[in-house]
Amino acid sequence: MGDDLGYRFNFRDVFAQREFLLEGLLLTLQLSFLAMALGLLVGVTCAALRLYGPRPVRALVATYVEVIRNTPLLVQLFLVFFGLPSLGIRLDATTASIIALTVNLGAYATEIVRAGLEAIPRAQIEAGVSLGLSRLQVFRYVVLMPALKVMYPALASQFILLMLATSIVSQISAPDLFHTASIIQSRTFRDFEVYIVVAALYLALALAFRVAFAGLYQLAFARR
Amino acid sequence: MIREFGFIDLLYLLGAARWTVALSAVAFIGGGLVGLLVALMRVAPFAPVRWLAMLYVQAIQGTPLLAWLFLFYFGLPLVGLVVNPWIAAATAFAIYAGAFFGEIWRGAVAAIPRTQWEAGSSLGLGFLDQLRYIIVPQAIRIAIPPTVGFLVQLIKNTSLAAAIGFVELTREAQITNASTFRPMTVFVIVAAIYFAMCFPLTQWSRYLERRLHVAR
Amino acid sequence: MSLVELSHVVKRFGANTVLDDVSLEVAPGEIIAVIGRSGSGKSTMLRCINGLEPIQDGRILFDGVVVNDPQTDLRALRQRVGIVFQSYNLFPHLSVEKNITLAPRVVKLMPETEARELAREVLRKVGLEEKIGAYPDELSGGQQQRVAIARSLAMRPQLMLFDEITSALDPELTGEVLKVLEAMAGEGMTMLLVTHEIGFAKRVASRVVFMHHGKIWEEGRAAETLSAPRSQELETFLNAVLH
Repeated sequence: MGDDLGYRFNFRDVFAQREFLLEGLLLTLQLSFLAMALGLLVGVTCAALRLYGPRPVRALVATYVEVIRNTPLLVQLFLVFFGLPSLGIRLDATTASIIALTVNLGAYATEIVRAGLEAIPRAQIEAGVSLGLSRLQVFRYVVLMPALKVMYPALASQFILLMLATSIVSQISAPDLFHTASIIQSRTFRDFEVYIVVAALYLALALAFRVAFAGLYQLAFARR
Repeated sequence: MIREFGFIDLLYLLGAARWTVALSAVAFIGGGLVGLLVALMRVAPFAPVRWLAMLYVQAIQGTPLLAWLFLFYFGLPLVGLVVNPWIAAATAFAIYAGAFFGEIWRGAVAAIPRTQWEAGSSLGLGFLDQLRYIIVPQAIRIAIPPTVGFLVQLIKNTSLAAAIGFVELTREAQITNASTFRPMTVFVIVAAIYFAMCFPLTQWSRYLERRLHVAR
Repeated sequence: MSLVELSHVVKRFGANTVLDDVSLEVAPGEIIAVIGRSGSGKSTMLRCINGLEPIQDGRILFDGVVVNDPQTDLRALRQRVGIVFQSYNLFPHLSVEKNITLAPRVVKLMPETEARELAREVLRKVGLEEKIGAYPDELSGGQQQRVAIARSLAMRPQLMLFDEITSALDPELTGEVLKVLEAMAGEGMTMLLVTHEIGFAKRVASRVVFMHHGKIWEEGRAAETLSAPRSQELETFLNAVLH
């Protein structure tokens, strides 16, 4: 490492490792999409249980949400990866990452979905049942689309936060984009440049996601 | 050399929690100062200043906190600064929190109706005076619940400082786990400590939010 | 035989008794105007008839079916009772046509083309056929309310309930809605209207029911009772409303 302002930045060495970076990027994307899909499923299920389930189930979901939202993701990850083996469940880093990320996102998604459902005025539901629709029909035709529209922006930002948070899995050596950064760093000794490039890659991903989500919104909710 | 998890380990963990609190406090103050600057820049009457602040916020909100931790840890030595985990972590958190605080506080200021500004300027007050006497006092009330909420995020995020060797609660947990091999025990206790720190703040933030809406 | 029969109905919200031993019979073809102060129980009474609100005591019969019986299939009942609300409650994400055709299609399993024809027919009745492709936020309050009426009519109900449907409208828009109601009355629809429009009640209603403190305080033939109230409370109320 240089110790004066005469340090010469050398990005070429980093770019020479670009295949390696791409592999890491791929895993980051896979983790993100999987956790998004599974986390949303958890969120929708738990939101429904929280709103319509029996009292003990509602309390259970509320506890799950509060515990996850008030403890760090890193600690949750360590619990899954290091803690579960002591109960006999051995997981590789990638699987442990998916589980921890899903459980984490699930808690936030539950709150977002719940807020979206509660945003639908009771009067809308009354109008629906007064026309003879069943509860399920009211949910499907009257509540669902407007609720999705309400929760979409919050869900989209949470997904982007999740994608950035996947960098945490590097701490259990899952080979994501951030982890490859430390490997490249040890190979090339270009500490600063590596992390600049990686940060730029994450930024590009975040922007791409934002554009994609905005486009999806138009497709789904714009009037035809 | 594996040893049993004992009371002494619990004390070590609680001791490390001190550093979590300390780092959170530094992050809050440092981030608060940066955030104040960012918020001011975002409402300034000069477009380039606003743009600069917006770019800063976009850049921070689009990159992982870990990246900033590592960048400052490895980068600061290059410009001649002696760096240790404390300085790197404090700087990274200040930069990171500053962007988010800036957004929260800008939002609070933006929530004040235009008519308040107009009332101020028609009394002859300049931009900074309007802010100081009319806008900010009202904006603070709106800003408090989300600010407290973000403080919770900060406390949780200090766990990432473990990645650059900063010995706070999570790092201490890793160390304890390495010598006692009781991961469930260690990490559940650590999670409980974080929960004990964060949950009261979360509840307080909710209480403040409710009170705010009742008052309005 | 009466279409609707309330017998000694008691309804409480917590410690608050909103309906206090209410009994009422509605014959087919009657137009009943329900008037009274806010909090007198008028809207609640309406909402009990189609089962939106449960009752604590008494019995409500609709066409022989006991509404407050837990075994009753409220879905089937609600297909025969239409209700229009003060805040229209149109579905904002659906067009006017889809608002109207939704229930016929998914509840009565009506085919698409038949449902569309039905939508045109009821929109013609309320004078809004050209708005069939519009969305609720493109319509005025009066237009939205008329679409809401059309939506309920599409299910071909035997009874129509109206819960202060002009109260939320700008004054110049109430006329178009009241015209639709008059036309419906002329066609023989059984209607129960909670309303503040005393003039309309005098002209169109066959009977008026005045509610006070959760009881039916006075009732009788609409024109007579409203011109010459028998009770002090009704007289006070009419003076307050018709200033």
